[in-house]
Amino acid sequence: MDAMHDLGGRDGFGAVVVERDEPVFHEAWEKVARGLLLAVMRNHPNPSSSALRHAIERMDPAHYLSSSYYEHWLTAAATIAVETGSVTRRELEQRGGGPFPLSGPERPEPRPDASPGRSRFHLGDHVRVREWHPHGHTRCPSYIRGSVGVVTRVDGPFPIPDVEAHSPERIPEQTYSVCFEADELWHDGQRGVSVNVDLWDSYLEKP
Amino acid sequence: MSDDHHQPHSPSPVERRAAALEELLTERGLVPEGFIEEVNRAYEKDIGPMNGAKVVARAWVDAKYKMRLLADGTTAIAELGLGGAQGEHMVVVENTPEVHNVVVCTLCSCYPWPVLGLPPAWYKDPPYRARMVREPRVLLAEMGCEIDESVAVRVWDSSAEIRYLVLPGRPAGTEDVPEDELARLVTRDSMIGVARL
Repeated sequence: MDAMHDLGGRDGFGAVVVERDEPVFHEAWEKVARGLLLAVMRNHPNPSSSALRHAIERMDPAHYLSSSYYEHWLTAAATIAVETGSVTRRELEQRGGGPFPLSGPERPEPRPDASPGRSRFHLGDHVRVREWHPHGHTRCPSYIRGSVGVVTRVDGPFPIPDVEAHSPERIPEQTYSVCFEADELWHDGQRGVSVNVDLWDSYLEKP
Repeated sequence: MSDDHHQPHSPSPVERRAAALEELLTERGLVPEGFIEEVNRAYEKDIGPMNGAKVVARAWVDAKYKMRLLADGTTAIAELGLGGAQGEHMVVVENTPEVHNVVVCTLCSCYPWPVLGLPPAWYKDPPYRARMVREPRVLLAEMGCEIDESVAVRVWDSSAEIRYLVLPGRPAGTEDVPEDELARLVTRDSMIGVARL
């Protein structure tokens, strides 16, 4: 989905703020949030990191941007707990004494045209990233769509996340590290910069 | 509630939400006893950048190991007893006088846990994820890592199953430093690629 998590290339965010000697967890509830999401995934009918990531991506965009990483995890954990019938939103709000924002519903369409074992490209091939905007989960970032790059490494096969996030089905495809010159992506003359993105076969087409 | 504060404080909305979900799931038997502590403990003590630093130091002193590491990161890292979740498919990219590598995850915050631990907040926050693919030289310079125009910058967006570790260049003048001391020179940021040694 073209949601707020898909951040590559967005303007206006300002400086990266680095905290010196940062602890692994800042507050105890962060550990709880991390543990709870891993716990609810154990009861998920279709456990996968794709389903976990998608529960975060489905957050309200304004909430996503205004909350910390572990608040994302907490929101995803509560969403999955509600979706799998472990708790209700009303129970959460009564127990917590206030609003409990959850992620939005899945819209797993259109389904990608994936096929098991798909491996159409080779080292050195030029490939174009398809202009494809599914409402469901995908790991194809929007900033590269329509751009042409070169296959520099072949990995996998790995199950395509677009299917894995929404169903028990697993469709393994080859993934490729595709090298894009910065000029191809941004057209603003950054010299000597390449961006290398790992992409499933079905995200690509011949240029 | 923070372990660091001994004075009671009124919980924030997010703390109340976390507590509410934890209580409800625990009452229903959906969080095994000790589970939350168990899934986090290793990352607070045993798993962190000191693991990746051992890999880097070994590669600096052992040319054959370095070749194996660059050819098959997962297997070479396992030689040092390291591996596990988010380290199942490792690729190590080498900094040279001609090339500087830097790692990002624009879609979430994929990170090689077995060698670097859990990522710092800045790696997970929007500014880094948005800007590193758009203006890497500018952002690296802002973070104190100026890359000469003559050096190519390769950004690696961890968008699929591969997790990346940067092999930083060995600092000059360390020819006689033993491996375990070398490992102490290797920083987390140099293995993400936002610092040089």
